[in-house]
Amino acid sequence: MADRQELRLLGDTPKAVSRRRFIQGVIAGGAAVSSAAYLFRSSAVHGAGDTGGRLITLNVNGQRRRADVMKQETLAWTLRYKLGLTGTKLGCDRGECGACTVLLDDVPHYSCSVLTHTVRDQKVLTIEGLANPDGTLHPIQQGIIDEQGFQCAFCMSGFIMASVGFLKTTPNPTRSELAHGISGNLCRCQDYDKILTSLMRGAENMREVNHVDVG
Amino acid sequence: MAVIRDVMASFELLQPASIADAQKLLQQHGEDAWVMAGGMDTFDWLKDRIRKPKVVVDLSGIEELKGIRTSSDGIEIGATTTLTEVVKHPVIREKYSLLVEAAEVVASPQIRNQGTIGGNVSQDARCWYYRAGWPCYRAGGNICYADTPTGRNREHAILHAERCVAVNPSDSAPALIALDAKFVLRTPRGERIVDAEDYFIGPDIDITRLHILKPGDLLTAIRIPSAWAGSRFYFEKIRDRNVWDFPLLNVASAMQVSGTTIDRIRIAVNGAAARPLRLRAVEDAVRGKPATAATGEMAGKLAVQGAIPLQFNAYKIPLMRNLVKRAIGGVEEARWAS
Repeated sequence: MADRQELRLLGDTPKAVSRRRFIQGVIAGGAAVSSAAYLFRSSAVHGAGDTGGRLITLNVNGQRRRADVMKQETLAWTLRYKLGLTGTKLGCDRGECGACTVLLDDVPHYSCSVLTHTVRDQKVLTIEGLANPDGTLHPIQQGIIDEQGFQCAFCMSGFIMASVGFLKTTPNPTRSELAHGISGNLCRCQDYDKILTSLMRGAENMREVNHVDVG
Repeated sequence: MAVIRDVMASFELLQPASIADAQKLLQQHGEDAWVMAGGMDTFDWLKDRIRKPKVVVDLSGIEELKGIRTSSDGIEIGATTTLTEVVKHPVIREKYSLLVEAAEVVASPQIRNQGTIGGNVSQDARCWYYRAGWPCYRAGGNICYADTPTGRNREHAILHAERCVAVNPSDSAPALIALDAKFVLRTPRGERIVDAEDYFIGPDIDITRLHILKPGDLLTAIRIPSAWAGSRFYFEKIRDRNVWDFPLLNVASAMQVSGTTIDRIRIAVNGAAARPLRLRAVEDAVRGKPATAATGEMAGKLAVQGAIPLQFNAYKIPLMRNLVKRAIGGVEEARWAS
């Protein structure tokens, strides 16, 4: 049905656009422009004065990625706004919430509190790099789907990366050990019990599948 | 302080590969330079734009500063060894578990993965007036905003306050003092080794710093002698929530007993003053006495002598009394273990 709707939309000729739809379109366009404004803000703030940018190569999710990175730029900023990897979320930007957690050489770090220039020699793994290239989800991701672990899920990629990193050193944790391992992540929905259940399921999946890691 | 969702103000990032190079850079840039190890204390200052260094010297690429070396006289921990590496090290776990207990309750797992032992002992005060950029004594001004009838000073000092009432926020510092650790410094005039307790200074010596490092100096390693290996250790940290929080108070002790009699003891508390306090009077008073609750009771009372509470932190006096009591007499209650 979705396909048919799409076809119908594609079939719309400019003449067929009603006044109502035209106004809706203008509003949506405006919203899109303003919601994309953050993309341009760094250049607006630092524009002419900033000479710190330097082209560097990063190892992100197994790929070599080139980016023009300012000296003072955090990894979270580079991932989101230079490399388009918006699965890494910025919550507090102060190392107090865990939403921006990524793995650096398999160890969980708050990417809001890492300067991009300091990780040139490290392997960065973000939520985008977890699933297999063929689209098979990581066992932790599958565990979360199976157990419906999150409500709004803004904190989810941080929780997943923190637990993937923790499970690399502790593959068979008790519930309280896992709770301690992911204690550097906050969930504002207060969904901790379900999150833990789903991550425990994910850990179980990992042990069963003996998943080959892409990171 | 409002959260500025923005990149930090621009600075030059220098990444030396050796201690000698780092020292040259620090001498070259003097007071314009900011030394960064794990960065966990640095980024708040820079993101809030309270501090705007022209140059940041990143120590994370210096291999000489990393790693844990063991020998028959003890261990040496490189200053930029992360707290997670300290916690996981088998020899530290076996012989110096006091440091493991202290390092394991610092902040959160991700912060321990990045924060360094050198940074943990060298971090700046957390007083929010100071952190928010208010022109207080510690920031070079002539007023303390926390020590006023309405100042928010629940987390502040009860001992040895002078003008500034901020406290040292480190968890590993009292453990290192109890283990009689030595701090190895590299100054422009050469290497210098100081006792852990002498690394920290109060406002009476310098109100703008919590430690003895001057611009151009680096803390390169921490040595723990084997003298206290495998002693009876006690560490306890009291905080509002179990993750992220700095200590309201913590206590660390190393004790050697024969039978029940205390032969030797070193004990320190932090969160009570601008420097972690080694409780020498307590050590002298309990030596030769049985390690019982009664001795602990006496020691606790002695520890808080001279304490002066501020408007909102009087609770710290009985808290410190009881922590010292537990450190010496032990606890029967179950402790938080996760």
